[in-house]
Amino acid sequence: MNSVHEAGHILVVDDNKVNRLLLTHGLEQQGHTVESVENGKQALEKLRSGDFDLVLLDIEMPEMNGYQTLEACMNDTALRDMPIIMTSSLDELDSVVKCVEMGAEDYLVKPLNPTLLRARVTASLEKKRLRDQQRKLFRTFANDQVADQLLREGFSLGGKYVTASVMFTDIRSFTALSETREPAEIIELLNNYFALMFDAITGHGGTVNQIEGDGLMAVFGTPIRREDHCEQAVGAALEMLELLDGFNREQAALEKPQIKIGVGIASGRMISGYTGTQHHATFTCVGDTVNLAARIEEHTKIAARPLLIDKSTREKLTGRVGVEALGPVLFKGKSVPVEVFAVTPV
Amino acid sequence: MASVIDANAFEDLKQVAGADFIGELIHTFLDDAPQLIKQLESALAANDAESFRRAAHSLKSNAASFGASHLSSLAKQLEMLGREKKLDEIGGGLKALEEAYQVAAQELKEMAP
Repeated sequence: MNSVHEAGHILVVDDNKVNRLLLTHGLEQQGHTVESVENGKQALEKLRSGDFDLVLLDIEMPEMNGYQTLEACMNDTALRDMPIIMTSSLDELDSVVKCVEMGAEDYLVKPLNPTLLRARVTASLEKKRLRDQQRKLFRTFANDQVADQLLREGFSLGGKYVTASVMFTDIRSFTALSETREPAEIIELLNNYFALMFDAITGHGGTVNQIEGDGLMAVFGTPIRREDHCEQAVGAALEMLELLDGFNREQAALEKPQIKIGVGIASGRMISGYTGTQHHATFTCVGDTVNLAARIEEHTKIAARPLLIDKSTREKLTGRVGVEALGPVLFKGKSVPVEVFAVTPV
Repeated sequence: MASVIDANAFEDLKQVAGADFIGELIHTFLDDAPQLIKQLESALAANDAESFRRAAHSLKSNAASFGASHLSSLAKQLEMLGREKKLDEIGGGLKALEEAYQVAAQELKEMAP
């Protein structure tokens, strides 16, 4: 039995019984899970009901041929990203070129060469795996809407002015905490903590765009525009504090360290966009509003309040939360004092 | 008698299928091919060029997989006739294909473990 890097779930589509058996058994030998059908119609039914990683598609078939099947897959948003390798005889190469232009991932000529079969299948599965990973990553760092927009439209580097809310969050005195604990325990603590914070943020339509050490930055109202970004940001912050309360109670019961956080939110105009290169880019927001949110978050230490917001955010809040004016504060690097408000749940 | 099975092509097939599976694959071909030849005969009788072309296409593909090169090229000629709807130009083409099949089938039978 030969081994493979990544075993896949593969669908073989061929009207020819010998070819079907050959491919099915050959790929199973390489460690893959293989199913087979006789024509395009059956293939579409299978693909729509199962979770496949790769299709090997014959061109010449009765009922629904390879072209029609490929076309149907390309027009189906759920199947569009499924890699399809066309299988054909040497004298059908013209047709294969057409299929690759239509969106087929690759092709194999029958009679099959064992080395090429292995190489193309492995490469296609690897590409699929990377695409899936990219998609998962998008969904980790962005909410579903943003991930869908990115996957649908791609992204262009460069930015635009938007009106949005920015949130900075930090763990208070995390450094002191980390020096007294085992590294593995600290990482586990951080991961559990971030998982909770991400839930609260994405649940309110926000996007986490930076994690640095124990701190994170999230934005609301961009890249997907929404009018209620102030309320959503504050709602997310309150939920974060509530989730953290529960988390701390569990930690206390296990005699494990508890954490306190500070959250700062500011709203207003900022530049939002993707920075980096076409191969490595992050979604970022920059501008005075972003700096202000960071300063306000730092001020939670002095004010001894977990959640502080600026005036623009405060003005958009409805009566469902308690707000207390803490008066103007002169932040480092700012020439004018800024009104700061503490938020408490009602 | 000289072999009609191309050794390199057959070796490739064995590698793709797995040596333990080659026997089953040969038997499948030997079961399937006579049906395809019957389909060629009845399509020819009914002057059904499309059905004729499909059967010839499958036979061509399978014969090539097993390294039965002569059989495959005869099937390819029939496939072309079907594609061009020139079944009346077949002459002795089908008979030649049937004979080539018998020779290849005999040899494959002996190669099946």
